[in-house]
Amino acid sequence: MNETRQQILFLHSTTPDLKSPVIAWSLYDGAAPEDALQMNTGDSSVPPYKSVLHAMREGWNVLQIPALPHYPAGQEHDTGHLPYEYVMERKVLVHE
Amino acid sequence: MSELNIVPVDRRHLLSAEQMAHFVTEGFLLLDAFVPQELNERVYQEQVKGGQGHTFWNRTDAIREVFELPEVQGIIQSLVGSRPVYDHSFLHIVPDHYPVAQDWHGDSIIDVRPHAFDIQLFYFSHDAPPEMGPTLILPGSHLRKINTFSLARYKNIVGQRQLAGKAGTLAILHHGIWHCAQPNATDRTRYAFKLRLRPGQEQRGLFNLDGSDSPEVRSIIEHGYQRWQGNEDRLDHMQRAKLWRYVTGDDSVDVSFEGALTRMGI
Repeated sequence: MNETRQQILFLHSTTPDLKSPVIAWSLYDGAAPEDALQMNTGDSSVPPYKSVLHAMREGWNVLQIPALPHYPAGQEHDTGHLPYEYVMERKVLVHE
Repeated sequence: MSELNIVPVDRRHLLSAEQMAHFVTEGFLLLDAFVPQELNERVYQEQVKGGQGHTFWNRTDAIREVFELPEVQGIIQSLVGSRPVYDHSFLHIVPDHYPVAQDWHGDSIIDVRPHAFDIQLFYFSHDAPPEMGPTLILPGSHLRKINTFSLARYKNIVGQRQLAGKAGTLAILHHGIWHCAQPNATDRTRYAFKLRLRPGQEQRGLFNLDGSDSPEVRSIIEHGYQRWQGNEDRLDHMQRAKLWRYVTGDDSVDVSFEGALTRMGI
């Protein structure tokens, strides 16, 4: 029986442009068994895709596009989390 | 009561303006094999004997000696002054062949001080090559407002780096820097001793200010962009320019993007 499960890929872009370079990434693999090692912090230094658009061409579907930031008065120069976070998914066969 | 003995140091042990500019820009300094080997070996012996988290500092003379070295005292006094307050310390242990990394996080709680900062000193008594899991940090992340594990779904970020080094390596971190422990693929236990200190005074003009307004030093801050900062990189630049004013004690110095601090009358 060919069962599928969801993989979720977070890609963080340099700008809101889906063609802009990826600067952070994380993968959560629902097709892997519970005791499998998921992506670890620090386990790779090269993004899996150059951009969100590159990932789309490889079969990833965009689930969520980040809302554009807004800059409240008095906080215009504040920084925090990575703002351009694209959530992507694809369905894959359960890993044997 | 836990405390750190403070010994007045010769000026030559203070951080240089160039070192301080790097600390302000990247949020850390990494000093490879900085502590003498004889002292490293004494600390390591105590760690292997069963040193524990919060109690290691008070129960081990050798670890306190590390932070009483004039070279280390000079760094401490350059950043948090001559009356630093011991906040806490902890001996972090990663067992051999431990495959799971810690999640990205910032320590403690969101800090609402405009510019003042604590420092966290990470000390490795033994060689800590990358495969042994020395702490992973993100240079330039220290001035971003995040809340502890609100970073936890991030895994890899361009520019991340480990505090790898030989025995005696000392890393000095701004309290806000994003970091996480790493897996240990070796057959040896990894020990990282962390000491957090907070300032007992304003942190203005505590380091060796010679050359602090030189083109070379200004350039460190003005060109200190990280790829991961993306479209926010100019905002990060503004943050470190404001911090530079604080640590130099000069509220008119302007190393901001296009002199925006001056242009906007900030």
